Amino acid sequence: MSLILISIFALVALAILFGAILGFAAVRFKVEGNPIVDQLDALLPQTQCGQCSYPGCRPYAQAISEGNEKINKCPPGGESTIAAIADLLGVDPEPLDAEHGEEKDVTLVAVIREDECIGCTKCIQACPVDAILGAAKQMHTVISDECTGCDLCVEPCPVDCIDMIPVGTTMQSWHWPKPAAAQMIATDKVQTI
Amino acid sequence: MNMHHFKLYDFDGGIHPEQNKSQSTQLPITTAKIPQRLILPIAQHIGAPGNPAVKPGDKVLKGQIIAKGEDFVSCNLHAPTSGIVGVIEDREVPHQSGMSATCIEIITDGKDTWIDHQGLDNYLESDAASLIDCIAQAGISGMGGAGFPTHVKASIPASKINTLIINAAECEPYITSDDLLMREYAMDIIKGIEILQRILLPEQCYIGIEDNKPQAIEALQIALKENLDDTHNIHVVVIPTKYPSGGEKQLIQILTGKEVPVAGIPADIGIVCQNVGTVHAIYQAVALGIPLISRITTITGDAVSSPQNYQVLLGTPVTDVLSQANAQPNKVKRLIMGGPMMGFTIASADTPITKTSNCIIAASDQELPDPAMEQACIRCGMCTQACPAQLLPQQLYWFAKSSNLEQAQAHNISDCIECGACSYVCPSNIPLVQYYRFAKGEIKQAKSDKKSSEQAKLRFDIRNARLDRETAEKDAKRKARAEAAAKKQAAKKAAPPATPASGDATAEPSVDTEVLKQKVLAAQTRVDKARERLAMAQEQNLETADALELGLNKQIDKLTAAQKSLEEAKS
Repeated sequence: MSLILISIFALVALAILFGAILGFAAVRFKVEGNPIVDQLDALLPQTQCGQCSYPGCRPYAQAISEGNEKINKCPPGGESTIAAIADLLGVDPEPLDAEHGEEKDVTLVAVIREDECIGCTKCIQACPVDAILGAAKQMHTVISDECTGCDLCVEPCPVDCIDMIPVGTTMQSWHWPKPAAAQMIATDKVQTI
Repeated sequence: MNMHHFKLYDFDGGIHPEQNKSQSTQLPITTAKIPQRLILPIAQHIGAPGNPAVKPGDKVLKGQIIAKGEDFVSCNLHAPTSGIVGVIEDREVPHQSGMSATCIEIITDGKDTWIDHQGLDNYLESDAASLIDCIAQAGISGMGGAGFPTHVKASIPASKINTLIINAAECEPYITSDDLLMREYAMDIIKGIEILQRILLPEQCYIGIEDNKPQAIEALQIALKENLDDTHNIHVVVIPTKYPSGGEKQLIQILTGKEVPVAGIPADIGIVCQNVGTVHAIYQAVALGIPLISRITTITGDAVSSPQNYQVLLGTPVTDVLSQANAQPNKVKRLIMGGPMMGFTIASADTPITKTSNCIIAASDQELPDPAMEQACIRCGMCTQACPAQLLPQQLYWFAKSSNLEQAQAHNISDCIECGACSYVCPSNIPLVQYYRFAKGEIKQAKSDKKSSEQAKLRFDIRNARLDRETAEKDAKRKARAEAAAKKQAAKKAAPPATPASGDATAEPSVDTEVLKQKVLAAQTRVDKARERLAMAQEQNLETADALELGLNKQIDKLTAAQKSLEEAKS
C-alpha cells in the first residue's frame, strides 16, 4: 500500500516540478509576435510597392503567415521570392499571379523631370520610403540610392513628370557573367551539323 | 643574408606552367618615349576614384596633382609629364568589364618640365605620420596587381605588426618587370624597405623571391651588404619556383607557415605584405619627391619582335609602347594586360597603361589559342590537387553552375584567389575560374541587394512611425480643442445666472471681443487667399477668373462686416 502511495507521491511531485519548469519557460522565453512573419518579411524585397494589395511588405507577410493569402502576389520579388517562400513554408511554389503585375528584368529607379515639376508634394506623400525630397511649390527630386523603384509616385503626379529609368551597370556593380554552357560532346556536335 | 638557415614551408597545390620569362629579360629597362597624348583614368586603384583637380585647357607640369583622392581609401593622380589638359571624358580603361570610365587626357608638350619637388630630408629620422603622408601625397597604390592604396596599408598600427614581407616572387609566367627592377634598382628597393620599417617597426623583414631570378637575388644581396649593418634584419629568402607562390596568402604561408584567416587580412596575423615595385615607388616618393607617374611594364609575347621592359609613363596607350617594341600588328591575336593566368584581354590597343599594368602580352594565335571547348566534368579531382587555397574546386564548380550561392559560400568560395591553377590542369577544359567569378559576383550582388532592402525596410518603418506620430498629435490637438470648447460652453451655461446677480458687465464683452477678433483674422486670411487665387487665374487667363473675382468681393464684404462688429463690441 505504502509503495503505491510513494509512487503516486513521487509522480505528483515530478509532475509539479516539470509543470513549474515548463510554466517558467513559457513566461521567460515567450516569443513576441509570430516569428514566421519576420522570416517571411526578410524574404520579401521590401520595395513596399503595394502591388500585392497590402500596404507594404510586412502586412503581406502577416497575411501569408495567417494562412489566408497566396504566396504568388509579389512581382518585384518574382519567381525566386516565390520559391524561397514556398521553401520556408513547405508548400508548392506557384507561378506569379499576373493580376498583380509582371516581374521586371531590370531594376528601375524613379527620376523627376525637374523642369516640369510644379511642387505639389503628391509624390512625396506617395513614396513609402521617404526617398523624395522637396517642399510645397519647390522642385522635388528623388534620392536615387533610396528609391526602391516601386512605381507608387508615378500615378499621383498631376503633370506626369516622373519617369522610371532602368539602373545601368556601372564598373562597380559589374560582375562576370555565367560562362556559356558548352556541355556538348565534341563528336555529338559534328554529327548534329 | 642568413638565408641558409631559413626554414621554408610550402603551400598545398600549385602548378608549374611554362615560364616564358627569358624573352623579356635579355635587354635592360628602356625608357619609353613620351606619347602625344596620355589617357589617365581617375580610378587606377581600389577605393573611391579621385576628383579631377584640373579643367580642359589647363597647363600642367610633370608631377602636378590632376585628380585628388578625397576619401581615405583613395589615391591622388599626378600628371606624368608637362602639357595641356585635353578632354575629361569616358574612355576605355583597363578593366575586366571592358567598360569605359572617366579619364583625364593630357596633350604632352615634350618638354617634360617638372613641378617643384623634393623628398623629405633625413627621411630615416622622420616620424611615421609624415612618411605616411608623403606616400599618400605621391598617390602610391599596390603595384603588384590589386592596386590597394599603400598609405592605407602603411597606416596599420605598428604595434600589430611583427613581420614585413616584400613580395618579389613574381610567379606568373611572362612577367619580368619586378625581376628587372630588382636587377637595376636593388639599392633603391632596400632603402624603400627601410622607410617601411621606420613606419611599421616590424621585428623582421623578408624579401620573398623565386629561385628563377638569380641575377635579381644577387643584386639584392650586394645592395644589402653595401648598405646595411645586420641590425636592420632584412632577409632575402629564396623560394622554389611554383605558381602561385606570389599570391599574398601563399607567400606568407611559404615564409612563415602561418595562414591568413578566412575573410581576414595579413595584419590579423601580424604581417604586412608589399610588392617590390611599390617599395621602389615609396623610395622615390619619400627620398626624391617623385610621385607615382611611371612604372616598369613588360612588353612581351610572340607578336613582339624585341620583347623587353619599359619604364612607361602612366596613361601611355598600349599601342605606343607596342610599336616601340616592334610589335607586328598582323600577328597579334589577343592583347592581354597582366599575366596569362590572371590577366585579362583588352579589346583595344588604345587602352592606357595604369599603376597596376605590370605586363602586356601581344600573343599570337599559336601562343594563346582560343580556349578548347568545355567538356563534361569527369570528377578526376586534379583541380583539388592544384588548388593553392585548399578549396574544393569541383564542388564549387557544381554550386556555381547551378547558382547555389548558399552552398558556394559554405564552401568558402570567397577564399578563392582566382589564380587559375584549377582551370590550367582541368582535362575537360572547364573554365572553372569563370564560374567562380560569376558566383562571387552574384554573391556580392545579393549582399548589396539585401543591404538596400534592409535600408528600405528601415525607412518604411520610420516613415510609418512618423505618420502615426503625426496622426496622434493631430488627434491630441483636436481633443484639446474639443475640451476647451466644452469648458467654454460649461462656463457660458454657468455664467448667465451669475451676470445679472453680480452686475459684472466686463466679463461677457471680453469673451465677445476675443471671438470677434478671431473672426476678423479668419476673414482676412480668406480674403488674402481669394486674392492669390484670382491673381493666378488672371495670369493664366483662366475662365474661372470672373467667378473668383465675385468670390473675392463677397469675402471682402464679410471682412468689413466682421471688423464693424468688432469695433462695436469694443466701444
